[in-house]
Amino acid sequence: MRENLHRFFRAARGAGVRVSPAESIDAMRAIAQVGFADRAILRDTFLLTLAKTQDEKRALGDCFDLFFSQPEPQQEASEQSKSDEQREAGSNPQADAHGDTSGGGAESENVGPLAQMLLSQDRTAISTAIANASGAASLSDIRYFTQRGIFQTRILDAMGIQRLRDDIDNATANNPALAERLQDALTGLRGTVRDAVSQALLLYGREEAENLRNEILRNAPLARIEPRQVEQMRSLIRQIARRLRERYSKPRKRQRRGHLDVRRTLRRNAAWGGVPFLTAWKRKHRDRPKIVALCDVSGSVARVSDFFLLLIHSLHEVVDDVRSFAFSGHLIEVSDILDKKPPEEAMQEIMSKVGFGSSDYGNSFADFEDGWMNTITPQTTVIVLGDARSNNLDPRADILRRIGERSKRLVWLNPEGRMTWGFGDSEMPRYATFCTVVRQCATAKQLERAVSDIVASYQ
Amino acid sequence: MADTRPTASIEAVESGLAAQGYIASRQIATAVYLSQQIDKPILVEGPAGVGKTELAKAIAAWRGMKMIRLQCYEGLDEAKALYEWKYAKQLLYTQILKDKLGEVLGGAQTLGAALDQLHTFGDVFFSKEFVEPRPLLQALEQPNGCVLLIDEIDKSDAEFESLLLEILSDFQVTIPELGTVSAVAPPTVILTSNSERDLGDALKRRCLHLHIGFPEQRLEERIVESRVPGISQTLRRQMVGFIHEIRSLDLKKLPSVSEAIDWARVLVLLQANELDHEIVKDTLNVLLKYEADIEAATPQISAFIAKASRQGVFS
Repeated sequence: MRENLHRFFRAARGAGVRVSPAESIDAMRAIAQVGFADRAILRDTFLLTLAKTQDEKRALGDCFDLFFSQPEPQQEASEQSKSDEQREAGSNPQADAHGDTSGGGAESENVGPLAQMLLSQDRTAISTAIANASGAASLSDIRYFTQRGIFQTRILDAMGIQRLRDDIDNATANNPALAERLQDALTGLRGTVRDAVSQALLLYGREEAENLRNEILRNAPLARIEPRQVEQMRSLIRQIARRLRERYSKPRKRQRRGHLDVRRTLRRNAAWGGVPFLTAWKRKHRDRPKIVALCDVSGSVARVSDFFLLLIHSLHEVVDDVRSFAFSGHLIEVSDILDKKPPEEAMQEIMSKVGFGSSDYGNSFADFEDGWMNTITPQTTVIVLGDARSNNLDPRADILRRIGERSKRLVWLNPEGRMTWGFGDSEMPRYATFCTVVRQCATAKQLERAVSDIVASYQ
Repeated sequence: MADTRPTASIEAVESGLAAQGYIASRQIATAVYLSQQIDKPILVEGPAGVGKTELAKAIAAWRGMKMIRLQCYEGLDEAKALYEWKYAKQLLYTQILKDKLGEVLGGAQTLGAALDQLHTFGDVFFSKEFVEPRPLLQALEQPNGCVLLIDEIDKSDAEFESLLLEILSDFQVTIPELGTVSAVAPPTVILTSNSERDLGDALKRRCLHLHIGFPEQRLEERIVESRVPGISQTLRRQMVGFIHEIRSLDLKKLPSVSEAIDWARVLVLLQANELDHEIVKDTLNVLLKYEADIEAATPQISAFIAKASRQGVFS
């Protein structure tokens, strides 16, 4: 039974529930108490000991149902098969169900154990044999869908398909009817094994498949992902946001040991006549990032801006204050829209207000200077996201210079590759002189690194 | 390995809690049973008012143990949760013992000799007598065990969580001056959280994780029955049905079990026999705590009452 539990833990990990060794030990101890008799209680026990969030509980519940809808557990199965054998041996002493030597011969032909099993149409024996063979082929190691074929072959091999083929070959000559029956049975068996392998893939392979997909997504250019991938990308961005939050939301007060705060120490110990029982140490506060984001939402940059805004606005716990602005021909503030509405609707509203124009960086910067220049303080990081293609209009780099002077840092993220900066109507080289950092930002990976660096500069 | 004995025990937990007026779902009972069997704290999450704190009280009452409650808040620290030195007492004792000290040290000729003599007395002022035990230490010192309720752990800081880890996994605390204090009898620890912030993995790993959501209709009826015995069966069924309808709305704060019980009390006080539009409208503020929610629910009242009464007919 222990083997089965381990397989279940593995399946649970595949379903996205983080099961640590300590938790699996807890689960084992708990199960030793409640036993296997009642499946509902067993399920509750797993949910209590392994899953630690509501989402995990749901995933684990599904996984449990899927797992225990499988053929019989292995150990019980082997016991069962043993008892089957004994029963068979008792009722039909001639039948040699075990071993390869075909000494006896229940049928007129000398056929192998697999063939006998198929002919007797003993369904439990067959599924037992499949379960045992799956164990032998370590089916729970399956990770990718491309491995299905090899596992099917391994399982069938372990069940002794070679012998069955020989039997069929022999029978074709001597007993065509028997050969036909065996051939049909073999086809059926193949189907059953295929189903078992597919189910195993569903159980154990999910984690790897997801990792692979995420890795591809992380390196895909944001501007050109397909509509069906947008949802996946959003969840990936949320993961990134969670990772950044975990990394940077650690306590911001670091004690500076060694510097006594004399004033606070005296005040705190006033009750004891100034005898310093309690000491107070000086502390240094670290600022939380303040971010002003200016995002181009014209044409191809829009998609990137979408994900960027989603990321920035998911960082509440790390970032103190985010003001975001969107522009193409002119500029508006979009912080409220993004905070109040779900991302899809918010983006639609923003696009309907300012999107789809041809971009005019000069005019948009002028809008910003008129309306919101005072939002920039010496603690602010200003992030401009855009391709700097201003359709040959006045770039107004002087405003960008003033923004750079007022702020702590001015970061420009450009979704285009470095090769194209400065060609055509790109004003990137001119803007770059006033920026603290200019970096390419076309994929989720680059986006994560860019935002991570910005937040890290406040630590 | 598998036997039927534990199943009976889970039922024993259920009936034990029921005797204290706490109707537990099977999941809750399993959690309580397991926490006693494998000595693990329970972390209870769920919306406000579904009986997370009540659970701890019920366990304490059922098993006849003392309940020690630690209410968490931002800024809660070691000194308030674990232990503190009684500075005033230490100071007072040094004053009183001044003369005695003089006597003891009287024989010493040099400062060095006096110090040596002083060292032989050990750390008198940092001994158990001068420790003020706070809830966590109190819980460990109870000879007969107790129920330790750490309420709303999500309101405390992340540092405080780390402080709890030693207690939760080994039922002991380390006081630098005294050494490690282990629990006399391991307490039953219940932590509650409203999911205001995500708790650390280290904390979650050490606990059984129990999520209490809104109960099913049958269960809620039983809860109301046990808490408000005076209410008639038809009214009970109607009001619980009505609350379940309300919960399907998109509201700021959904009514939970505690509101259901309050409402049942109000209805009994008003001597209502069954729900009608007037009485629901007048008492809706017991269920819903926001003006906007009440406005959203008011137009639906009649429809919900009709639905709730229909359900009553068939079940």
